Amino acid sequence: MRVLALSDAETLRSRYAALGAEPPHSLLRGPETGLVMLRGRIGGTGEAFNVGEATVTRATVKLADGSVGHAMALGRVPEKVRQAAVIDALCQDGARATLIDAEFIAPIEQALAQADERRRRETAATRVDFFTLVRGED
Amino acid sequence: MFAQPSALEGGFARPVMDAQAVFRTVMDAMARPARVVPLNPMVTPPAPLSPAAAAIACTLFDADADFWLDSRLASHGAVVDWLVFHTGARSAPKPVDAAFALVTDIAAMPPLDRFAQGTQEYPDRSTTLVMQLPSLAGGSEMTFQGPGIKGHASIAPRGLPASFADQWRANGERFPRGVDVILADAEAVLCLPRSARLVNAEG
Amino acid sequence: MYVAVKGGEAAIDNAHSLLADRRRGDRSVPSLTLDQIAEQLALGVDRVMSEGSLYDRRLAALAIKQSRGDLIEAIFLVRAYRTTLPRFGHSEPVDTGAMAVERRISACYKDLPGGQLLGPTFDYTHRLLDAELEGDPEIPAGATRDGPPEAVTRIADILGAEGLIEEDFPATGQPGDINQTPMEFPLSRAMRLQSLSRGDEGFLLALGYSTQRGYARSHPFAGEIRIGEVEVEVFLPELGFAVAVGRVKLTECQMVNQFKGSAKAPPQFTRGYGLVFGQSERKAMAMALCDRALRAQEFGEDVVAPAQDEEFVVSHCDNVQATGFVEHLKLPHYVDFQAELGLVRTMRAEYEAGLGAPAVETPPTIEIREAAE
Repeated sequence: MRVLALSDAETLRSRYAALGAEPPHSLLRGPETGLVMLRGRIGGTGEAFNVGEATVTRATVKLADGSVGHAMALGRVPEKVRQAAVIDALCQDGARATLIDAEFIAPIEQALAQADERRRRETAATRVDFFTLVRGED
Repeated sequence: MFAQPSALEGGFARPVMDAQAVFRTVMDAMARPARVVPLNPMVTPPAPLSPAAAAIACTLFDADADFWLDSRLASHGAVVDWLVFHTGARSAPKPVDAAFALVTDIAAMPPLDRFAQGTQEYPDRSTTLVMQLPSLAGGSEMTFQGPGIKGHASIAPRGLPASFADQWRANGERFPRGVDVILADAEAVLCLPRSARLVNAEG
Repeated sequence: MYVAVKGGEAAIDNAHSLLADRRRGDRSVPSLTLDQIAEQLALGVDRVMSEGSLYDRRLAALAIKQSRGDLIEAIFLVRAYRTTLPRFGHSEPVDTGAMAVERRISACYKDLPGGQLLGPTFDYTHRLLDAELEGDPEIPAGATRDGPPEAVTRIADILGAEGLIEEDFPATGQPGDINQTPMEFPLSRAMRLQSLSRGDEGFLLALGYSTQRGYARSHPFAGEIRIGEVEVEVFLPELGFAVAVGRVKLTECQMVNQFKGSAKAPPQFTRGYGLVFGQSERKAMAMALCDRALRAQEFGEDVVAPAQDEEFVVSHCDNVQATGFVEHLKLPHYVDFQAELGLVRTMRAEYEAGLGAPAVETPPTIEIREAAE
């Protein structure tokens, strides 16, 4: 669910389309957009406080075989969340889950990790290397 | 995690339109106290929660309005899960912590003064009780006066506790504090806001 | 007092279509896209999200476009939109310690674990206008540096290890929410921080500055500033556990301030805290300065300056409230003014009648407090 939520809507859409025919499903709730209050902690690790809200979309679907899937993601993204919920429902079946993990989730996760790594290396390039000048009696 | 997948089904098919229709019904009933108003529930909750009470819950409860269930309802895990899933509200441990209360086992119901009464500054911070009754007719007659009632209004709901008349009078004495009550049977609702004064009660 | 006046409908309609025309401007210039605003005016978008108190880049970009770049108007639009959505709940508190940092600096320690990471900063630029940006120059991608990832330790953990700085006290229970409860002073620090986090950057900046200039001096050091993305998790009752729903960019500032000690406790540094949506370093620093100043009573300091006065700061830091009340003066006050006009005429008549006589009595001051519309 984490990878599906972090994936951008376009990536998810194209990979979802590549799965072939969409499994028939009914919507038990949503997709609907609302708010979640984002919380932080005072001082970073102290008491919780409300920072402000974020838009969020959620959906719950049921497949023909009765499997239920849930999804929630930041933003106003009904299609993305509906697709993520269908994927989640498909994953309720152990064998199917292994297949989806390998062919669907893993590549998205890998792409996310690559993007994160690229950004980390860009930030690392802005690290200050202090040089110590000759000082004192040394 | 929810044990029963049935907890996820049976909510409003069109959440916005359906909730608005039920809200309109409840608002009209609250504006005209002690009048029976038909309600089309449009939901199918797990037993023993009635569709009418469940429709009111789906309309009024939300993430910021915790609910309290009587022990009969609370013992049905599917009811708790259904309410949490379809309303986003959480279950409150004590009546006094709840914005709403759902009561089905009227005989075992805590007295009205055990629910949140609000404060003098914020009388709205009180519990609204939704009581699920066998019928809104056929019981002993009670007559009310007050804002929203032209002259007198009489009702005869079946299944109220014997001490209800006394409790309701005491509730009125706490004004502006006090609780509001929604009575629901299978197909209709009837509201008693705290401003409705009981002027006559049979037996 | 307001008086109902009907009319002006056509004028209003035409004013709005003129607004639309002026917003679009010269039709030979391509219209702005939301992607352009979100990508290239990203810090303006961040400010609208922060003060609009709603994290949604695309909505904030739309608001900026619609408001012709008037950010307070854009913030107003975002706040208004927010009220149309249902609240599903709240997130788990985000862990800024696990942030994927894009920038982290400390003014307290030169060498600290994780290093000084400058990130995409305006600092050390020469503040010279760049004529090249008049065109669309080719911009190379940022440089990269290889090497294993290194944990970016918080400053508070470094000082905390020696007990030199006050600790955080994690508390359970629900923090208050200024959106849902009427403000009653004194506020909890949690509610105060919520209010500061969406407060006006300019107002908080000026107050923070005032503390540095001596109005509630607190000897601040920028202990740490970090900017980056954190994962947001929301507890889903239907699953029984919290799941990640996405990432948000935040700016956090830990201000380290002068000591507090007592007969029972040895002297320690105190802290001010800032946390805001997006990349908004100035705002996070100003917020941390104000947070520390507002803790005066907690530390037994004299409350002598505006920045220490909770009611003053919190009641005036919201720019949507402020603009509402200031701008409401544009509404018709015809009857009010007629009354004042009558009064001044009477006073003048009395003055002229008694010319040479002792000065007329000044009328009692009439103070009318109007509710903000």
